Amino acid sequence: MAFEDQRTTVYKVNPEHPESETLPTLRTEELLLNMGPQHPSTHGVLKVILELEGERLVKSTPVMGYLHRGVEKLAEDGTYHQFIPHTDRLDYVCAMYNNFAYCRAVEKLLNLQVPERAEYLRTIVAEVQRIIGHQFWLSAQALDIGAMTVFFYCFRDREILLDWFDELCGARLTTSWYRIGGVERDLTPSLIDKLNQFLDYFPPKIDEYQVFLEKNRIWLGRTKGVAVISAEDAVSFGLSGPVLRGSGVDYDLRKYEPYSAYPKCEFSVPVGKNGDTYDRYWIRVMELYESVKIIRQCLEQMQEGPVMADVPSVTLPPKERVFTNLEAMIQQFKLFSQGFDAPPGEVYCGTEAHKGELGFYIVSTGGGKPYRLKIRAPSFIHMGAFDHMARGYMISDACTIFGTYDIVMGECDR
Amino acid sequence: MHPLLQRIQQTFSVGVTGLAEWRGDAAVTVTRDKLHEVAQFLRNDPGMDFDYIVHVSSVDWPDDEERFEVVWEFYSIRKRHRIRLKTRVPESDCVVDSLTDLWKGADFMEREVFDMMGIRFRNHPDLRRILMPDDYTEGYPLRKDFPLRGKGWRDTFDFLDEVPR
Repeated sequence: MAFEDQRTTVYKVNPEHPESETLPTLRTEELLLNMGPQHPSTHGVLKVILELEGERLVKSTPVMGYLHRGVEKLAEDGTYHQFIPHTDRLDYVCAMYNNFAYCRAVEKLLNLQVPERAEYLRTIVAEVQRIIGHQFWLSAQALDIGAMTVFFYCFRDREILLDWFDELCGARLTTSWYRIGGVERDLTPSLIDKLNQFLDYFPPKIDEYQVFLEKNRIWLGRTKGVAVISAEDAVSFGLSGPVLRGSGVDYDLRKYEPYSAYPKCEFSVPVGKNGDTYDRYWIRVMELYESVKIIRQCLEQMQEGPVMADVPSVTLPPKERVFTNLEAMIQQFKLFSQGFDAPPGEVYCGTEAHKGELGFYIVSTGGGKPYRLKIRAPSFIHMGAFDHMARGYMISDACTIFGTYDIVMGECDR
Repeated sequence: MHPLLQRIQQTFSVGVTGLAEWRGDAAVTVTRDKLHEVAQFLRNDPGMDFDYIVHVSSVDWPDDEERFEVVWEFYSIRKRHRIRLKTRVPESDCVVDSLTDLWKGADFMEREVFDMMGIRFRNHPDLRRILMPDDYTEGYPLRKDFPLRGKGWRDTFDFLDEVPR
């Protein structure tokens, strides 16, 4: 009854078609839809309140914090070494890069030089982690959009690298392999062999992933022109990584502020043009080829040498010496119970993880614990642009946009 | 001295209370009333050109007269330099100008600072808690006087030890 009344009395004026002024239209109102926190394509526990006009998104409000564990608070309670395993749990898909970013920040605070071989090892493993991250992203994004097969192909190859990590440090995901001043252990000949085999095996597989998507009409329709963001807006929002490079800004800390062994390697940074989801996909796939190139060069250039800086007041002694030598055991015990004495001061150090700029801001007042540790998590900052990027697109595109950020809620909520 | 810091010192005769350079990071401390003006200069001056916001953070110094320190970090994509902007806020009047009108990304980052440390941002479009629940009333978790083990109903858990950490 009421519906009938409104149907005849409510008029909607469409400015593009003034003649519609005279036509009675159906009653319209904005619909609020809660997406998540339990939804397969929110990549964790994230809720977004969508305001809809029909199927179009008018406004979206992300509600975050379901995975907030107070990592920054925990950091203030432990020593610098003790925080490394906590960083694994930030972006739990790509733990190595979190370790790397954190160790670099502490090394900047201490002004610590890392031996050359360790720098190469760090770069190799970071790039392996980037490959895993992009494979995971590609499979999840394709699955969100409805392409199931790519998921299986990516996970098949990701498994090889996870097993490689397993052999390297005994863990597949929460690795904690980087140490302040170097890395935990060197690559064994068997690991180098396996990595070389993988580098020969992998590039044709990247082509294979593309075969599924490059000419897939559904994929193109759902990624081209979706979630477009201009370069100016992307910079103003503080986006980073492939999300920013998709809009045509070549901001990549590996090139802008070269660190580790990156300045010694030749590689290019793919940059998009249109700032849409397809360009961000293309960049990530191209980065897979670049990562392979970087790893190859590092393996060729790497010389024998120590993998840990020799600064006994800061760096951990090698494990075999801890079990056989009393001084080494005391050093290990003191470093883990009291920590080292960091100089007072504050540093910010950003590292180009596969999601974007992962930065650590550390305030030290001296002593063994950080006074304040702030994590600049790319996922969190990308969510800030969600409303801007989703406006005007369909509900189904919301899943595409979560995917295109490569969001991991452990890092977003910290 | 870092050329950026020199330039800021020349431009602002009052309001800049500290210039520091450590480990290659340039940091400038300004008084609270000059914050927006300095930020605008950093954003719009062609020599500065800080178009990219890196992070917003805050530090709690409970023993100081002006207890909180709010920290912004900016980067210039075209000029490839970075700077840290800091200001101090007393606990009694915990308000500071929001920079959301200059950098859009400051929105979420300032909300996080508000949520974690309880610093309010003037002219912020949507200042709500972001990581903690909206109805959370037990304070601001990253303040130094907030216990690590948590507050409120958690205190009644008898399986947690009684020793305060």
